[in-house]
Amino acid sequence: MKLKFWGVRGSIASPGEKTARYGGNTTCIEIRSDNNDLIILDGGTGIFPLAQTLLKELPLTAHIFNTHSHWDHIQGLPFFIPLFIPGNTLRLYGAYDPIAGAGPEHIMNVQLQYSYFPVREVEMKSHFDYIALTPHQPLAIGSAIITPIMLNHPVVDMGYRIDCNGKSIFFTGDHEPYFNIYDSNEEGYEEYQTLIEEHRRSIIDAIRGVDIIIADSSYTQEEYLSKKGWGHGTFDSCIQLAVDAGAKILFCTHHEPTRSDDELERVFAEALARNGEAAAILDIRLAREGCEIII
Amino acid sequence: MASPFEQNGNRPQVRGLPTIDVLREMMTQLSTELTKKLAGAVEKMPAFPKSVQRILELTRDINCPPKELVMVIETDPVLTMKLLRILNSAYYSFSKQITSVNQSVVCLGLNTVKNLALSFAAMGSLPQQNAAGFDMQRYLLHSLATASLARLLCHKYGKDDTDPADCYIAGLLHDFGKVVFAQFLPTEFKQALACSQEQAIPLHQAERQIIGTDHTVVGSMLTERWQFPGQLSDTIRRHHSDIASGDTVLCCLYVANQISKQLALGNSGNPMVEHLPGVLVDYFGGDLQQIIDNLGDISSLMNEVQVFAKISKGDAP
Repeated sequence: MKLKFWGVRGSIASPGEKTARYGGNTTCIEIRSDNNDLIILDGGTGIFPLAQTLLKELPLTAHIFNTHSHWDHIQGLPFFIPLFIPGNTLRLYGAYDPIAGAGPEHIMNVQLQYSYFPVREVEMKSHFDYIALTPHQPLAIGSAIITPIMLNHPVVDMGYRIDCNGKSIFFTGDHEPYFNIYDSNEEGYEEYQTLIEEHRRSIIDAIRGVDIIIADSSYTQEEYLSKKGWGHGTFDSCIQLAVDAGAKILFCTHHEPTRSDDELERVFAEALARNGEAAAILDIRLAREGCEIII
Repeated sequence: MASPFEQNGNRPQVRGLPTIDVLREMMTQLSTELTKKLAGAVEKMPAFPKSVQRILELTRDINCPPKELVMVIETDPVLTMKLLRILNSAYYSFSKQITSVNQSVVCLGLNTVKNLALSFAAMGSLPQQNAAGFDMQRYLLHSLATASLARLLCHKYGKDDTDPADCYIAGLLHDFGKVVFAQFLPTEFKQALACSQEQAIPLHQAERQIIGTDHTVVGSMLTERWQFPGQLSDTIRRHHSDIASGDTVLCCLYVANQISKQLALGNSGNPMVEHLPGVLVDYFGGDLQQIIDNLGDISSLMNEVQVFAKISKGDAP
């Protein structure tokens, strides 16, 4: 399997000289199965440069798995050039959103309103499919198996585990570790704690033994204190997740849009130093636009 | 008046405690079309006015306190029913069926639950008066009292690893079928309420005579349709029937239901305290009065449910 990062920035695209090394595009990850099936995780602005490279392999079928519907994970979708070219097929997979009362079709319907984008869905020349996924129910895409896993974010978020011929990758999308909504002296604390632990265990069981984890490490521990409940993890929570799952490589992603490359490397080094034991058994890296890895 | 449940002309005339087979038979008599219609109507049913008001207040604050939100939902049977319907739907298929609001928050995320609550609140409020003359405030008080008492009984007497939270939910939702009747079959339900009073028979028996089915069947039909845990549907269906083989949740619900009526904590249109079968006397080690005595001081529980059961802010319970 091959994976390549096309967007590693969280929240909003952040081009400029201070982010040139790690990249300013928002989330998009290209995965190729051993049979070269095209699997794309999220359609942030990074999907636009990815699309340029795909024009040489038309007609194509792109399987785009959306973790959740926030802008930084969908904004590039209308600019996915193969959409406009006859003969291509786009399959957009995602969760059912109970607020919208709709599956992933809602993501395109909202973005392709005429006030926001000049081309309507019916005018696009490729073939569209929308597939609402059920958590924990695996789906075969060519030689790969994709398993969605419900995680914790202010909107329904599904992480994806991708397995192919004994190799595996897990991407969290945006995820904040569960926290207890009750104080430790309140009735309800223990019950809630049990629920959290059960849920966390079920996630670890579902991703156990993956080769690579790509995880939302937006914040430092200090930053998190004022951002609890915003739906993002820390470098430390991602390291813990990867250690608990027994992963081999952790890519930290969803870099803060205000964080310069130098600052990113600084806070990352601090996290590594703080987690020396984990760093000894786990290969921990910063996700970088353009970075490619084959497993 | 023709019963809307009479699909084949065989109106069940059940007196006394029905067996589970009789209840199943009654379930099968609800036509697919009617169950679909009722389920669709309940999906659009608004919540109680005070919860709607509180949700609108809480959700204005971006830092909406999670536990307050949970409390508002879990003290409103309509909101709880609607939330659990989504969580247990085929869209999510969690490995474990979802039976509590806290579980819903963990599984779906706090913000999604908050916005769902807001979308429920946007449907308006249940009217305080309904054409059936069904007292919604007494219903709410009775449901909350039964829920809290069932949970307390489970803590105190539970003989297995039954989760007291399951007893709470069973108590909260056990009479939900009555709200459905009051909202969607008000004329027939009004007759049933009158019949129960005139003939001094339990309301579920009067419902069977007038409507052709009772609130236990309709309530469990909804929870089954929405794939709630089988045990919860079974408990709702059996809470007026023979409970010789009852499990902990059913035993706690049955007794809590009688205690809340005995202590005048609402009555949901049926003030008759039912006989405690021998199996329950054995389970709890005494008759109803002895069980009440053994519960000790429950004044704080009673005060709490009275406060929650105020339908709107100005109401006295």
